[in-house]
Amino acid sequence: MSVSTLQTSLVDRAAVEPSRPARPRSTRKGIRYAITVLAFLLPSAVPLLLFVLIPMVSAAWISLTDWNLISPQVFVGFDNFVQLLSEPRTAAVFGNTLYYILGYLPIVYLGGLALALALNQALKGRALWRSIYFLPVVTSWIAVAVVWRWLLNPSNGVVNIALGWFGIDGPGWWTDPAWSMPSVILASAWKDLGFVMVILLAGLQAINADLYDAAKVDGAGPWARFINVTLPMLSPSTFFVIVISLINGFQVFDQVYAMTGGGPAGSSQVVVQQIYDLTFRYGQAGEASALSWMLFAVILAVTVVQIIGQKRWVHYG
Amino acid sequence: MKRSLLAATGLAAVAALVLAGCSTEPAPEGDITITYSNFISNGGNEENLATIVEAFEAENPGVTVDVTTLPYADYFTALQTDLAAGTLSDVVDTNYDFFPQLAAAGALAPIEVSNAGAYRESLIDAYSVDGVSYGLPSSFSTVVLYYNADLFDQAGLEYPTADWTWADEQAAAEAITALGDGIWGSHQPVSFYEYYKVLEQNGESFLNADGTAVAFNTPGGIEAAEWLVNKSGTVMPTIEQGQGTPDFDTNLFVEGKLGMLHTGIWVFGAVADVPFAWDIAVEPGNTQQASAVFSNAVGVSANSEHVEAATAFAEFLTSSQTMVDVRLDAGWELPPISDEEQLAVYLTKDKPANRQAVFDSLDGIALTPIVATGQQEMQDIINEELIEAQAGRKSVADALASAEERINAVIGG
Repeated sequence: MSVSTLQTSLVDRAAVEPSRPARPRSTRKGIRYAITVLAFLLPSAVPLLLFVLIPMVSAAWISLTDWNLISPQVFVGFDNFVQLLSEPRTAAVFGNTLYYILGYLPIVYLGGLALALALNQALKGRALWRSIYFLPVVTSWIAVAVVWRWLLNPSNGVVNIALGWFGIDGPGWWTDPAWSMPSVILASAWKDLGFVMVILLAGLQAINADLYDAAKVDGAGPWARFINVTLPMLSPSTFFVIVISLINGFQVFDQVYAMTGGGPAGSSQVVVQQIYDLTFRYGQAGEASALSWMLFAVILAVTVVQIIGQKRWVHYG
Repeated sequence: MKRSLLAATGLAAVAALVLAGCSTEPAPEGDITITYSNFISNGGNEENLATIVEAFEAENPGVTVDVTTLPYADYFTALQTDLAAGTLSDVVDTNYDFFPQLAAAGALAPIEVSNAGAYRESLIDAYSVDGVSYGLPSSFSTVVLYYNADLFDQAGLEYPTADWTWADEQAAAEAITALGDGIWGSHQPVSFYEYYKVLEQNGESFLNADGTAVAFNTPGGIEAAEWLVNKSGTVMPTIEQGQGTPDFDTNLFVEGKLGMLHTGIWVFGAVADVPFAWDIAVEPGNTQQASAVFSNAVGVSANSEHVEAATAFAEFLTSSQTMVDVRLDAGWELPPISDEEQLAVYLTKDKPANRQAVFDSLDGIALTPIVATGQQEMQDIINEELIEAQAGRKSVADALASAEERINAVIGG
């Protein structure tokens, strides 16, 4: 899982860097050490190999072929990539995905931060509130999508009825091309708010209380303490949330598939939905695999840029 | 959170590896098991299928049929995955739309039909390529006009008949909508499956003669599209009001809030027990009558280790007396048989009274337009453009012009 791996790597950094484990002295011990490590890795390495690495390599091969899943594959070189780059809909699906990320990320981060700050206070029934806000995270997307479709129903949905009380004529939400993506963003942000909250809450609780005391002594008010203590100290958690959200954002699929199916008129068609359609609906597995690799390259590039950029704004300890 | 979605397409290859590792165990001497993947029994006819399967097993000692049933919506995705992974069942369901792809890919074994005369000729022909059968028709159904007789009485209207035209339907739909109280006149989906049919009803066609380009962007084609699109918001609810969501139309009819409903005979069961009088009629045409006919078929996998037993089962499933009895008794679509006398039983069954309309609708058939490549994309494009017109975001003429250009690019016209 992407979440746990990155989390572990961040934790590892903190734990491992100061004192590296001593090297095993003899070869024999070394082999035993290696076997032990492998034995522990095996349960996660096997699924990783079967469901991630082998499919990735297969997809690389498939991307160089013309294949409808049924007939034999025909090698076509880089034709699929050339075709994708020449098609306006490739830019459109990347554009829609970017639209999703740009809409989703600020809402989910600021919302999660607000929740985390609120639930970091000595509030009555705090544990209960935390659980409630985390519930959507563990709920199936299909169930959530059905409920949100109902809430955002243009004619008799709760949201538009409520807007009507204030004299606002609610939009067509998922039936209107201008509103289909905002609908998806809204539902996604709602669902993931709890996840972001939990990460940021952990970050908040790790901040040394002495820092606040020191800031108070220096005459810093609540706002100054938030800006100069909380935010910088929270930056590793913020970094983690942004990296994970971006990776997941580029791979957004379930909610789009269940809420809008990419429509109306392709207005919410995202990259992974396009990969799915190309493969299972249009019989163009080659082009779909090429698109998968293009998406991988984009995610890799964005993540590398972030990891390099983090040195400028993320403060560890 | 997910990650494996990336390179999801490669999963098929993994499935092949995994499944290759657990191939079927050798069966006891003489006993064989054949597998059958189907969608035809999903949603209420599972036990009817089981009855047919049991009868086959009783007649063929030593042969066991292992049945897998999937919803129609997921069936073809699963079938394609099985094809890619080489794990196709011995006997598989297909429909008329998907059959050409299966046959072209060499996925199906040729079938030597021992009793070709038992099948309705047009149906068995639909599943043969160059005179060789690659599938046996398992059932067929037609689309008819359902009507709520009580609402017709309330509005003081005559019931629909086989010689009704669009104008008659339009007038009745308007009168029924005028009853108010959330009652609508007529519902017809705005989609590919309706559009090619109404084109035929207007003397037009979806594709040109050799199937290389679309032929609907004509004045007659625009008129046909307007016939569908203009119902929305006048005699039919709009998309915002729920039109287009699954089962919306049938539910509206069952609630007694819809005068006329264009849908297939497969919803007989769903509307059987409504508390009002209802019946069916042949769908009205404009310049001529044309009804949609859908058929399903079974094929035998080219890689099956038990082609003989699989073929025997396929024949039993599609032409045995047990199948005919079960289907007619349950009203489970129609058996694909040529024997009109047996089908006559169908006419004597309970509601709807005018079952003759089902057979009358076969006099003018609109077959699904099929292209060599890009079938699904073609359907998606026309659906999308028609909905743009329905929502009023495009004029019908613009939508059809755009659909023409986009579809021709896909199908190589």
